[in-house]
Amino acid sequence: MSAVVTPEKQVAEGSAQIRPGRLKTLWQNMKANKISYLFVGPFMVLFAIFVVVPIAVSVGLSFTYFNMIEPPRWVGWSNYLTLFLEDDVFLIAVKNTLFFAAITGPISYLLCFVFAWLINELKPKIRTILTLLFYAPSISANAFMIWTVMFSGDAYGYINGVLLYWGIVDKPIQWLLDPTWMMPIVIVVVLWMSLGVSFLTFIAGLQGIDPSFYEAGVIDGIRNRWQELWYLTLPMMKNHMMFGAIISITNSFAAAEQLQALTGNTPTDWATWTVMQHINDYGYVRYEMGYASAMAVLLFLTMVLVQRLVQRLLRKIG
Amino acid sequence: MRLRISNRRLARSMGGDLSIFIFLGLGALYMALPMIYAVSQAFKPLNELFIFPPQFLPRHPTLNNFSELFILMAQSWVPITRYLFNSLFIVIAGTAGNVLFGSLCAYALAKHDFPGKGLINTLVLFSLMFAGSVLVIPRYLIMSYFKWINTYSALVIPAWAATLGVFLMRNFIDHMVHDSLLEAARIDGASEFYCYWRIVMPIVKPAWLTLIILSFQQLWGDQGTLFLYSEELKPLPYALSQIMGGGVGRAGVAAAVSVILMVVPITVFVWNQSQIVQTMGTSGITGE
Repeated sequence: MSAVVTPEKQVAEGSAQIRPGRLKTLWQNMKANKISYLFVGPFMVLFAIFVVVPIAVSVGLSFTYFNMIEPPRWVGWSNYLTLFLEDDVFLIAVKNTLFFAAITGPISYLLCFVFAWLINELKPKIRTILTLLFYAPSISANAFMIWTVMFSGDAYGYINGVLLYWGIVDKPIQWLLDPTWMMPIVIVVVLWMSLGVSFLTFIAGLQGIDPSFYEAGVIDGIRNRWQELWYLTLPMMKNHMMFGAIISITNSFAAAEQLQALTGNTPTDWATWTVMQHINDYGYVRYEMGYASAMAVLLFLTMVLVQRLVQRLLRKIG
Repeated sequence: MRLRISNRRLARSMGGDLSIFIFLGLGALYMALPMIYAVSQAFKPLNELFIFPPQFLPRHPTLNNFSELFILMAQSWVPITRYLFNSLFIVIAGTAGNVLFGSLCAYALAKHDFPGKGLINTLVLFSLMFAGSVLVIPRYLIMSYFKWINTYSALVIPAWAATLGVFLMRNFIDHMVHDSLLEAARIDGASEFYCYWRIVMPIVKPAWLTLIILSFQQLWGDQGTLFLYSEELKPLPYALSQIMGGGVGRAGVAAAVSVILMVVPITVFVWNQSQIVQTMGTSGITGE
């Protein structure tokens, strides 16, 4: 179900690659489609100004030394070399980010889909209540701060309180300061609030599938819900699955805010320090925008690479 | 309509249903317990916030935290209603533009074929993966060029360029609107804009309702401190978080604030979902 391609247009495009007057044909082709440009125009202008230009600027800045006071000074690949050869904390951050992303990315993605799929089968009332319940942690701004109360390091923290009361431990555990516990707790909290954008999109996507499609499936010999999922639902959801994958990739590779709120600005032994926190640290605290941009470029390339891999996997569905 | 479908889907085993029930139940507990705890904290008197062993539910529930919060809000130097107005304005203006411009662009990307479409698709996809916080400085420079620093525009207009909406709307238009329907309309002489407004948008109502929520969530969470420095332009969550940062003595008020910050988006979400359910109930039209 891709775009409408009328035969004339196909001919025009085909000939555009062969004939010498390519530019002229392209121009004619563009003029013939000027209504389409009216539709994309307003967004593309805004998009260019507020997204494309800033991205281009920061890619450029990544090859400079820029402290936001003096004009940027060209330093070539030096920022990139420093990252890998001299910045030990960056390497820790890379390790943490990869670990964190490898766990929260796939799990949050699966949770989003599985919960959306299961909820979708229920009756409307229960479905609405469960959707609200699962989505609430993600939508309610800084509700996740309740976890800092629960995992508070003193005896008033709920978890410590219960463990002490039951006699399982004899002194409170410093959950958010002890490197053994920091990463696992952060992961639990991030997963807790991960049923967000993708989850809602999946629910809306599943709802959008025409019921007669499933009826036809039964006639075609679909036996159980697994077959139905694999042969009917997933292929119909492919675009949404790709969308959800991108959201999971960006959320897990660019996580910073929640981690910082939970384990502080300087976590013990950098145990929960991610690349994104390193970027913010250099960008907003040390004012080294060139260096921060270099990290952003690397993070971007990593995400694109992962996205390509996931895309290849998703093509195999159904 | 849904009922008919669940009756028809006979190929469901009892064991499968039971394990699904348990799985959903565990998930629901994981999601709900911390939220209930957050709400329960707000109804505890201050001394119950610091007792050992800590209690999950308040023993002597009180509304003191909320009344104290309202007193604090009434003493605010900028009237609290002004913060509320700022928030409403930023959220509504930002979301409206995001949905409108995003869906216009998405319609052309999903249903038209024109030179440059592939490039736009790629740009939109890649831009989702560039770390947003690095873009703040270039954006700041652009805003000051337009003289938008310390105006609502600094928060509202960039929201119109949010790529998520285009991506989402394009997928839904692609899936839910049949080409044959548009073809038929065009043969009957419908303009492209008519097709977009009268055929496409009603069919993909669930998609733009979902986008409204996502956009709301984004804008509501933005405290705007990067681009706004006048106190009277700042949004409500900013003002409330200032109240929260008052130390141990304000722990109860802080809990009340987080409940209010929670209740607003949840209310919007419930309204939004009821709209979606309604649409789903009435429109069998997606399959012509």
